[in-house]
Amino acid sequence: MTAARRKPRYSALALLREGLRGQSGWGPAWRSPEPKRRYDAVIIGGGGHGLSAAYHLAKDHGVTNVLVIEKAWLGGGNTGRNTTIIRSNYFNRESQDLYDASLKLYEGLSRELNYNIMFSQRGSIELAHSAADMEGLRRVVNAMQVSGIESSLLSRDEVLAMVPLLDPSPNTRWPVVGAAIQRRAGVARHDAVAWGYARAADGFGVDIVQSCAVSGFLIQGGRVKGVETPFGLIEADVFGMAVAGASPEMARLAGFKLPLLCMTLQAMVSEPLKPCLNHVVASTPNGAYVSQSDKGELVIGGGLEHVPSFARRGDLRKTAEVLASVVEMFPAFSTLKLMRQWGGTVDTSPDNSPILGPSPVPNLYLNCGWGTGGFKAIPIGGKMLAHLMATGKHHALSAPFGLERFATGRLIDEAHAGVAHD
Amino acid sequence: MTNPGPMICPFCGPRDAGEFRYGGDPKAARPAFGSSDAEWAGYLYVRENARGVAKEYWVHSQGCGQWLIAERDTVTHVIQRISEATA
Ligand SMILES: Cc1cc2nc3c(=O)[nH]c(=O)nc-3n(C[C@H](O)[C@H](O)[C@H](O)COP(=O)(O)OP(=O)(O)OC[C@H]3O[C@@H](n4cnc5c(N)ncnc54)[C@H](O)[C@@H]3O)c2cc1C
Ligand SMILES: [Zn+2]
Repeated sequence: MTAARRKPRYSALALLREGLRGQSGWGPAWRSPEPKRRYDAVIIGGGGHGLSAAYHLAKDHGVTNVLVIEKAWLGGGNTGRNTTIIRSNYFNRESQDLYDASLKLYEGLSRELNYNIMFSQRGSIELAHSAADMEGLRRVVNAMQVSGIESSLLSRDEVLAMVPLLDPSPNTRWPVVGAAIQRRAGVARHDAVAWGYARAADGFGVDIVQSCAVSGFLIQGGRVKGVETPFGLIEADVFGMAVAGASPEMARLAGFKLPLLCMTLQAMVSEPLKPCLNHVVASTPNGAYVSQSDKGELVIGGGLEHVPSFARRGDLRKTAEVLASVVEMFPAFSTLKLMRQWGGTVDTSPDNSPILGPSPVPNLYLNCGWGTGGFKAIPIGGKMLAHLMATGKHHALSAPFGLERFATGRLIDEAHAGVAHD
Repeated sequence: MTNPGPMICPFCGPRDAGEFRYGGDPKAARPAFGSSDAEWAGYLYVRENARGVAKEYWVHSQGCGQWLIAERDTVTHVIQRISEATA
């Protein structure tokens, strides 16, 4: 049974029909039932990864007696705060396999979920400002090509022709000398990703409860028996946590610690403009990246604020630093007004790679450590968590990302995977 | 970087917060030679990462250069206590 069969389909015809009926026939996209006392599986965290996991539990494994528990509102965490770049240009084979599988899922996601996630594969350009930068990009592009993932280098003339607003002067602090491009990369609508998965999961019968924080675990015989919530204890056979910046806290409640450090990553948008920037453009040396949203706003991001924080607000000094970099790259943007600025608490791991796999508590599984770059991984991260929860075993793609890698020393170092590996 | 507003160096007094840099988690001692891989992993990678008041190393990098230990709230960014880091 597909989600589409259970839910009234969204289509041009439905739009027309509802237009004629005074928009009276749209039902809610998902129910808000009172949670039951017991489920087969409970997922903590209603961000993209938690909702995607619920969807894949139902779709891939037929597990539909599932509850997603969200402390605030769906996608109100990092999923709704991110700059929505989706790409798979990573260096290590393990990362390439994981992120490219995710990119492929994104390519079919609007259709699969019957929900327009507005995935726009406009290409992501990473600038080089020196011969050494160019060598660094060549290294990643070569590694990707060896793995069969599309990526190529651009000459200075090519990149300036594609992005005419870039400052072409050779005399700036960061002159453009070339770039790398992944043409399949792009941006999507963040809320739509969360909402699309929520609607499709609900269509399979998954329960979703919002404004409901997990405040503790009941652990019996070394296993999680249930989670404590405002509705009382909710029991299940298996649990998954996908709570991003709340992961250290959640782990502490379950009695273990994680190799994570939570810090603030901020983003900002300008006033809306007519279309002027057709790609995602990033400069790691300069510490900023920018794309233009469908509404016309420039969506701007930069590097991490390297101070532990759970404040979810960006430091204005960092804002100024990132904007200075953007203006350096695009002098024409200097007169624009900033419309909004915000921050998210990102759970960074020592090797900039996620943690997927069993936790020290046998029936509790982890999906965390995506840090600054897990929006692109929502389809695959949820699929991997679902696989772990349903089978108790790793999928081949998630196997290298287990917690044990920190003891075995088999790290997957992606420390140089982008401005903030956005 | 933390919240704007001055930070108080025990040596220099109130100074612009941008002069200070976060310097890590004041750690438990290095595991003894022959400790297990898990103990080394804990020492190398696992952070306290408290939500609330945390003990942290800071350095007055653009002032006196002194290493400091701050007790700072990671939610409000308010520093409750700051003193010289002693070995
Ligand atoms: C400014 C910024 C820019 C970014 N840009 C990009 C980008 O361009 N590309 C990219 O790929 N990634 C980017 N990221 C990273 C990306 O946003 C995250 O990796 C991703 O959204 C993580 O998804 P998630 O579902 O794991 O977490 P979240 O969306 O944060 O969801 C976790 C959920 O858990 C809930 N929760 C917490 N505690 C509890 C509790 N006790 N009980 C119940 N629920 C709880 C939270 O309320 C939250 O909704 C960016 C992040 C930020 C902050
Ligand atoms: Zn000082």
